[in-house]
Amino acid sequence: MTHDFSRLPELIDRHPRSPESLIMILQEIQREYRYLPCEALMQTAYALGVPLSRVFSAATFYNVFSLNPKGEKVIRVCVGTACHIRGAALIQDQLENLLHIKAGETSEDMKYTLEVVACVGACAMAPVVTVNEKYHGSVNPSRVKKLLKDK
Amino acid sequence: MSITTPQQLEKLHRECRAKRERDKKRVIVCCGTGCLANGAAEIVEAFHKTLKERKIEGFSVEAVKETGCHGFCEQGPLVVIEPHGTFYTHVKPKDVANIIDKSIADNQVIETLLYTDPVTNTKIERYPDVPFFSHQQRIALRNLGKIAANDIREYIAVGGYQALAKVLTSMKPDQIIQEMTDSGLRGRGGAGFLTGKKWRTCASIKDEPRYVICNGDEGDPGAFMDRSIMEGDPHSVLEGMMICAFAVGSNQGYIYVREEYPLAVIHLQKAINDCEREGLLGDNILGTGFSFRIRIARGAGAFVCGESSALMKSVAGEIGEPRAKYVRSVVKGLFDKPTVLNNVETFANVPIIIVKGADWYKSIGVPTSTGTKAFSLVGKVKNTGLIEIPMGMTLREIIYDIGGGIINDRPFKAVQTGGPSGGCLPESKLDLPVDFDTLTKAGSMMGSGGMIVMDDRTCIVDLAKYFLNFLVSESCGKCVPCREGLYQLHRIVTRITEGKATEADLAKAEKLSDAIVLGSLCGLGQSGANPFLSTIKYFRDEYLTHIREKRCPAGVCKALIRYEINDKCTGCVACVPACAYDSITGEKKKLHVIHQDKCTKCGACYAVCTYDAIDVI
Repeated sequence: MTHDFSRLPELIDRHPRSPESLIMILQEIQREYRYLPCEALMQTAYALGVPLSRVFSAATFYNVFSLNPKGEKVIRVCVGTACHIRGAALIQDQLENLLHIKAGETSEDMKYTLEVVACVGACAMAPVVTVNEKYHGSVNPSRVKKLLKDK
Repeated sequence: MSITTPQQLEKLHRECRAKRERDKKRVIVCCGTGCLANGAAEIVEAFHKTLKERKIEGFSVEAVKETGCHGFCEQGPLVVIEPHGTFYTHVKPKDVANIIDKSIADNQVIETLLYTDPVTNTKIERYPDVPFFSHQQRIALRNLGKIAANDIREYIAVGGYQALAKVLTSMKPDQIIQEMTDSGLRGRGGAGFLTGKKWRTCASIKDEPRYVICNGDEGDPGAFMDRSIMEGDPHSVLEGMMICAFAVGSNQGYIYVREEYPLAVIHLQKAINDCEREGLLGDNILGTGFSFRIRIARGAGAFVCGESSALMKSVAGEIGEPRAKYVRSVVKGLFDKPTVLNNVETFANVPIIIVKGADWYKSIGVPTSTGTKAFSLVGKVKNTGLIEIPMGMTLREIIYDIGGGIINDRPFKAVQTGGPSGGCLPESKLDLPVDFDTLTKAGSMMGSGGMIVMDDRTCIVDLAKYFLNFLVSESCGKCVPCREGLYQLHRIVTRITEGKATEADLAKAEKLSDAIVLGSLCGLGQSGANPFLSTIKYFRDEYLTHIREKRCPAGVCKALIRYEINDKCTGCVACVPACAYDSITGEKKKLHVIHQDKCTKCGACYAVCTYDAIDVI
């Protein structure tokens, strides 16, 4: 996958060039490219004057960062406690089966990424699934297929 | 316009209040995350559109207010018509024209949109009469659902920033700290440390600069109190932080917000920008010489970052690994400087304590746990949502009076509080009062406020496995007892759920748990064995049934159950397409069969069957 990296300096310069900005810069890059391209990690390390190993350590420590490109639609199944006891595992099962990918994977055509998330804070409507930024509450097995069709 | 003196703030307050009183008739549309997910944005849009076409005398589109979370998310989208307090639930865009014609123009009530109480089966007209709300006492959540979340003037209208003006003009830092200490306010993040004491320690350290951090990294799965406050009443959090900063002598604050809460970041940032514009943040606030700034730091998805030392490392751009706390973070915290770290709900309580006084606050709750506590009441309970109750209310009152009891009136099994580090309490403990010390003594803990109710269809061993799995994946990996111990504990509990364990494994798990508790570095590890320890304490029998009889009484653990269709089956065929594995066959209107060789025990058929025709054996 090729990217236009010309915007990288601008993303990096949104924050002061000091090691404290590392996570915030990685977040900017993640938002822009929806993952952290290798090139971006190297440029960040260089700009902040920190070893690449430290950038890599932060990029792999936090759940929000991904070293692999994500699909067009990122589907996140909330598996927080409230969702768990209201059947989140069943929803996850169904999605994995429908998309032929496991949680954490992206479909080959780059259309879908399936993830599980510890809690999205909408517990009163458990079980919850988010598709990109949109929340879907009280999801039941019969609604799962419809979720995938929704824009 | 910038506010440069306390007198100007007072004047603005009177103007805003007068405007609010003039616009008596208001439409409140709940725009918390829950209601937004159910389509609240479309409701607001429908109001704007319809009001453009229809002119109602004495009512303008400005009186349609988008507020924060009311807490009753399950009934959303919610619309309240003030001043009567008419409470409409499950509102759809097509209802809006009707609401405008009948309820706004003609003061009528639309019966079909009213809330039906599941206990008495009667319709309830007014918001304060709904049992879910009437048993609550709202202090930290006082403005949620009452004022527009994104409007500083609404906050000022209801007395916002009066506490800040009071401390800046008439109180010494020491007096503020004394007031907080006298109020007995304990940290709402879970540990319950006395807020006043924390502030006093920080103020007494001779080192500068000092920092104030608000912990908005609400990581406990099953809790969303802080999210609702940050989204629905961001100014009360900012005001609490400003008062703290003045008391401890700090000029820089941070709010650490969880990555999963994008709306909270937007609302907090807007609130900060508004304060800067109005002169309530920045240099020489209200002309008193006090300067304070707040920055938002966004989390990046790590549960351990809710721990104070890990959070501070994360703010500083490092990976969030906790450190041993021989020196507390209040002494050496962010950038190794003295730092006060309080939770969102704690800060939201501060302004009102300053305005109404420590004696007032102390009079609520019980002597060792004063005031109120917000909980997210979720799980298998009829009325799920966000609640706030005075300390000392019993678990039974919360679950049955506010929560309306268990869904489908099934038997109650357990209530889980305190998140992954907390514990499960059985029916015999339901009459315990909810306060910091009682819950800890009973083997659970207050935690940040998740309260998850379980019925007889929830397997306790599976729940322990669930929490352990969560902790294993969130352990930062720095210390061995937590990293390796929890991993092994999870393996043992998993074996129990698969019917492969022996009683010797149970003894081993108990010994291992002790080692994890004793040997871990931070709070996550020290409480990491709690999911197992607290469930084995009250539900040993259920563990033993899994081990001895290879049976899961709740019908949850896949390896120990199978699904079968009984003769209640009407042949409605609803289960056939629900099964993703083609394991159900049968003719229309005839008894169906599940082929055990293909069945993955996913439970999809059980969830769709409306005839109670599928048994879990």
